[in-house]
Amino acid sequence: MVHIKRLQEDGADILAVVGEIDASSSIELDLAIAKSVGEGSTKILVDCGALEYISSAGLGVFMSYIEEFRDKNIHMVLFGMKDKVTNTFQILGLADLLHIAVNKQEAKKLINELSV
Amino acid sequence: MSYQYNIGCSLENLKGVRDFIRKSLRGHVASDVVLNEIILALDEMCSNLMIHAHHCNPDHHLELNIDVPQKGKVIFEIIDDGEMFNINHFHQPDIDNLIHEKRKGGLGIRLVKSIMDEVIYTSRDGKNVCRLTKRIK
Repeated sequence: MVHIKRLQEDGADILAVVGEIDASSSIELDLAIAKSVGEGSTKILVDCGALEYISSAGLGVFMSYIEEFRDKNIHMVLFGMKDKVTNTFQILGLADLLHIAVNKQEAKKLINELSV
Repeated sequence: MSYQYNIGCSLENLKGVRDFIRKSLRGHVASDVVLNEIILALDEMCSNLMIHAHHCNPDHHLELNIDVPQKGKVIFEIIDDGEMFNINHFHQPDIDNLIHEKRKGGLGIRLVKSIMDEVIYTSRDGKNVCRLTKRIK
């Protein structure tokens, strides 16, 4: 239901999320982020261009890393979201708690600014 | 128009719920963003019931009814015979606490209440009926 591809580019980990994240598949997202962190990544870009749907289980995964990332100086930027997915983040005001960029170029710029 | 779908209480079945709602409401809800909101709210309601009232037992079933009584209004009913899980009685954790406690949950109820115009619980024939109303502009 969800497939996550990981690639590295310019010193950042890019996690490309393809498909739908709900209560049965959010664990995949959690494992992918945990793996990036476990392997020492400090810049994580989440490509949401092919993310068709996210429910609270997926939002909760992103939320659950906020404090850890703050403590460990790890940065995460989400980018490329479709309008309907952006709306899901906005309903709860999570767009203000997470870093969200329009496209990959802006996401890279933002994560480099955050990492200074 | 009215539509009905029966769901076994397995989280694997949530995708089927979403597809059913999308197909049923395609001609009634023009905005893709609004349709996604509606699907999200029902997904959250069904997954909450599956987890908290039915412990993900696939032999337990939920019945989902969709009724479009008039243009601009959609009524959903979720019927089950488990322990009643009334979201109106559920304490909503605030967002700061969720971050602090690293809890991967608690956001779903907040979403449902933000998206739906009305959430009412009743009983019918010994079963729990949760009725959710959404007005479409």
